[in-house]
Amino acid sequence: MQFLGMYHYWVFVMLLMIGFYAVVAKVNLVKKLIGLSIFQSAVFLLYITMSKVSGATAPIFQKGVTDALFSNPLPQVLILTAIVVGISTTALGLGIVVRIKEEYGTIEEQDIQEIDRR
Amino acid sequence: MINLESHLPVLQVVVPMLLAPLVVLLRPRGTAWAASTAISLMAFVIACYLVAGVLSGEEYRYALGAWPAPYGIALRVDAFSALLLMLVTGASSIALLAAKTSIDQGIESHRQPLFFSAWLLVLAGLAGILVAADAFNIFVFMEISSLASYVLVAGGTDRRALPAVFKYLIMGTIGATFYLIGVGLIYMMTGTLNLADMELRIHQVADQRPILVAAGFITVGLALKAAVFPLHVWLPNAYTYAPHAVSVFLAACATKVSIYVLLRFDFVVFQQNLSGHDLQFTAFLMPLAVLAILVGSAVAIFETNIKRLLAYSSVAQIGYILLGASLVSLSGLTASLLHMFNHALAKGALFLAVMGLATRLARLDLAHLAGAARQMPWTMSALVIAGLSLIGVPGTAGFISKWYLVTAALQEGALGIGLVAVIVAGSLMAVVYIWRIVEAAWFEQPLEENIELREAPPLMLGVIWLTALANVYFGLITDLPRTLATDAAQSLLGHLP
Amino acid sequence: MSAQFLILAALAVPLAGALLIGIAGRISANLRETITLVTAGMLIYCVWSLLPEIYQGGRPGLQLLEVLPGIEIAFQAEPLGMLFAALASGLWLVNSIYSIGYMRGNRESKQTRFYVMFAVSLAATMGIAFAGNLFTLFLFYEMLTLSTYPLVSHKGDAKTVKSARVYLGILISASIGLLLPAIIWTYAVAGTGDFTAGGILRGHLDGPAVGLLLGLFVFGAAKAAVMPVHRWLPAAMVAPTPVSALLHAVAVVKAGVFTITKVVVYIFGIDFLFAEPSSGWLFYAAAFTIIAASVVALRQQNLKRLLAYSTIAQLSYVVMASAILKPLAEVGAAMHMLAHAFGKITLFFAAGAIYTASKKTELGQLRGIGRRMPITMTAFTIGALSMIGVPPTAGFVSKWYILAGAFQADNYVALATIIVSTALNAAYFLPIVYMVWFEKDNTPPGKEHGEAPFAAVLALVITALLTIGFFIYNGPAYELESQLVRGQP
Repeated sequence: MQFLGMYHYWVFVMLLMIGFYAVVAKVNLVKKLIGLSIFQSAVFLLYITMSKVSGATAPIFQKGVTDALFSNPLPQVLILTAIVVGISTTALGLGIVVRIKEEYGTIEEQDIQEIDRR
Repeated sequence: MINLESHLPVLQVVVPMLLAPLVVLLRPRGTAWAASTAISLMAFVIACYLVAGVLSGEEYRYALGAWPAPYGIALRVDAFSALLLMLVTGASSIALLAAKTSIDQGIESHRQPLFFSAWLLVLAGLAGILVAADAFNIFVFMEISSLASYVLVAGGTDRRALPAVFKYLIMGTIGATFYLIGVGLIYMMTGTLNLADMELRIHQVADQRPILVAAGFITVGLALKAAVFPLHVWLPNAYTYAPHAVSVFLAACATKVSIYVLLRFDFVVFQQNLSGHDLQFTAFLMPLAVLAILVGSAVAIFETNIKRLLAYSSVAQIGYILLGASLVSLSGLTASLLHMFNHALAKGALFLAVMGLATRLARLDLAHLAGAARQMPWTMSALVIAGLSLIGVPGTAGFISKWYLVTAALQEGALGIGLVAVIVAGSLMAVVYIWRIVEAAWFEQPLEENIELREAPPLMLGVIWLTALANVYFGLITDLPRTLATDAAQSLLGHLP
Repeated sequence: MSAQFLILAALAVPLAGALLIGIAGRISANLRETITLVTAGMLIYCVWSLLPEIYQGGRPGLQLLEVLPGIEIAFQAEPLGMLFAALASGLWLVNSIYSIGYMRGNRESKQTRFYVMFAVSLAATMGIAFAGNLFTLFLFYEMLTLSTYPLVSHKGDAKTVKSARVYLGILISASIGLLLPAIIWTYAVAGTGDFTAGGILRGHLDGPAVGLLLGLFVFGAAKAAVMPVHRWLPAAMVAPTPVSALLHAVAVVKAGVFTITKVVVYIFGIDFLFAEPSSGWLFYAAAFTIIAASVVALRQQNLKRLLAYSTIAQLSYVVMASAILKPLAEVGAAMHMLAHAFGKITLFFAAGAIYTASKKTELGQLRGIGRRMPITMTAFTIGALSMIGVPPTAGFVSKWYILAGAFQADNYVALATIIVSTALNAAYFLPIVYMVWFEKDNTPPGKEHGEAPFAAVLALVITALLTIGFFIYNGPAYELESQLVRGQP
């Protein structure tokens, strides 16, 4: 049963692999970027789940409550930063794809290689 | 009065990072270049102060906002980071100083402020990696420098840079994410992100398997970023089609910073804590290093584009750096760190000379180089000197690290003799590919299009020669890099049982 | 002037000369050549002023800088290096006179580059001669290889560039692939690479490793052209003849045998090697090269190629003499470096003079040429006799000492090799001598010619006289070189 009890890790691994597959196997550059986003989101999930303390609440101080059990706030802070990084990466990637489309007229990987070879 | 010296580690990062957005505002022609060169030189001066401090036996520790280490952000500068800080800031300053003409040719003037701003962010990011004392800040700085360097590589006019940078982005992000997974796993098991704390806590962890997995993720992730063979596929195109100034900067130091993180993690965090890890490190890296040397050099021999040729040579040179480290001995590690420094000098000078050629030549193929040396003898002479250094001819910087590497390999007995053979084979292949450039430029009948060439612009030529002569200087007077490298190697090995 | 200053000056003078020649080349050809001659004269002054101190047993040296702990750039003047430096500097002046005649006579292009690189090569040669340790020697050894490449590929056409590539490829591959590992190995086991009387390896190395290290040195110093690393020498014959004469009969090839002799005497030590059976193969490798190269020379139709193979054989005389590992043989090795230099440079000068005057390069074209170019061919004959070892020429003297060394070691294989090779030398040189003097002239009508330009003839007369002079008056050289093995007559 411990096997299933760790289900969030299975979700993490599955998302990771789905993302990775898309990055490697898709030839459309936008689909590659989507894969990359899924890949990164999986890692966010890993961090978030590890910060969960069973029975604990969100790490927000409330007036009058002094004995509440909080989840670990640090990984959440970290992942906020990582999400920002992820968004920047995706935005930059999409920007590059737009430029590629302007220059090459296509966003399919093999077409681009074909054009460059000529 | 604030004691400025104690703030040097943070200034190293903050100066370029905070000034980068301001550079965007500098619209008038040339001001953005002048400002960013000045900022970069300032960073270089700071790095030199840090080096001087480290050489006098100091080790800088800095707590950001005076929060103590486990809670606040801690910075730390020792011999290893000081060596690389000097390298990174130096390469940036040299490249910027020389690059005025080249950048004016390659980048429209209204986009230049953005370009220089991105440049300073790369500088800040790389410096940040080197001063950060905790794993997560290393990740953040790594991404800052990577994102900005994607912008730089794509900044030129060559459209082939775009697919190259896309590949670079994908592979770089995967590498960084792998690293993040590894850090997460370690945090999960130890509850700390500080490298020094990890070192203390990991061996208290009962179940070592997640740590092993983390080690795998981190090593592979950083190997991707460092372009370790066979994860180097992003590198040749990115270096080839990037603006020439960017090639100088990135080729001299970008991958080395990733190797820095790799070595620090491996020696400080993993090796003493995982039973048999030094063996895994060697077993994993040594074959890759050997393959990198042989395959990288062999491919370089058959390249016709000079920049691609040099990029593949970089793949091989990364192999030498890893080969030294994979011996896990004092002389091996010293050789590895020295080669980081010396290769940066040689490859920086080579790419600078190529930048000089590119300001005059239409194309950088060997065939289009025929006879260029008759019209640009100074540029090409500098290229020859740097090439000799890359080969490792005595009297140049490259020789010093090869000498250390061979001496280190000879201490390994029978295996060492095989490694010496690999090093020798790699050097001989370097002779071939460097000689192809020399022969095309000096000894072939000049092409008609090359008859009217002029020397590179004076400022650029001056910087090119400065770097080329630095290759000779550090080949003869070796105290500075040798002391730093030995100190750094000793402190890394000091973490082993 | 102190000896230290003179050693540095010997390095600096040719380099400064190169710079001035480069500048003067833009102004006028006469100025350029004047500077070349003045530089050569100053170099002779610097080098030869050192001789008295060496005779008196002085070994002046200096350390320039320490590159790594224990690895210095250091110089020291000792008998063998002194001899080599004196020889190379002296012949440079003669060769410069010859070059002026040859280069002008053939209207060669890129003459400034030629003179500049020649001066740089000489600086490298001085560095090799005065090197105080293996590292310094290697530094200048590589400098010599690189600085001679532009001279070899002077013509610049596809065939020349290809040959020059063979030249560079073999020399660089061997030096980086074999010589450098040998040097690093030496430093690793002995902790030093200083040239020390009696050797430095005793007690640090024994058994087959000695033979292996010796092999790395001998084949790494490919400039000595011990088979099978001899292919670069015939390839280098595409160079203009003054280059072949000074560099491929004197400076470059002698740098190779000099390295080997120096390593045998000062790194291994002859007694150590003699007692170590695994080093015996060197003698046989050299003996084989002597015979094989002579046989190949027999079949050559091109004069310069024939001279190249003859050089390969003569170089191995020096290597073989070193490998006999007896004091008199070491003296013989040094003497033969000198004797062969005088004879072979004369032969090359003659070949170049023939080419300048008539554009003839093949043996078959030389019939009866002695009557058109009597002075040149007389000198050629003297050179050829010296190669065979007939008195009264220089070749006889050095063979005498080598044979004496062979008897000292009871080495009858050496004796046999020398006898057979003398016969072979005679077999390929005497027919040429006969042909040029006694056969009928076959120069096509309209291509009549006389002697080469005066400067070229003057140079070859000087070297021919030196070849004979060395037979008559060789005491100082013997005295100098016997210091190599002082205490072991």
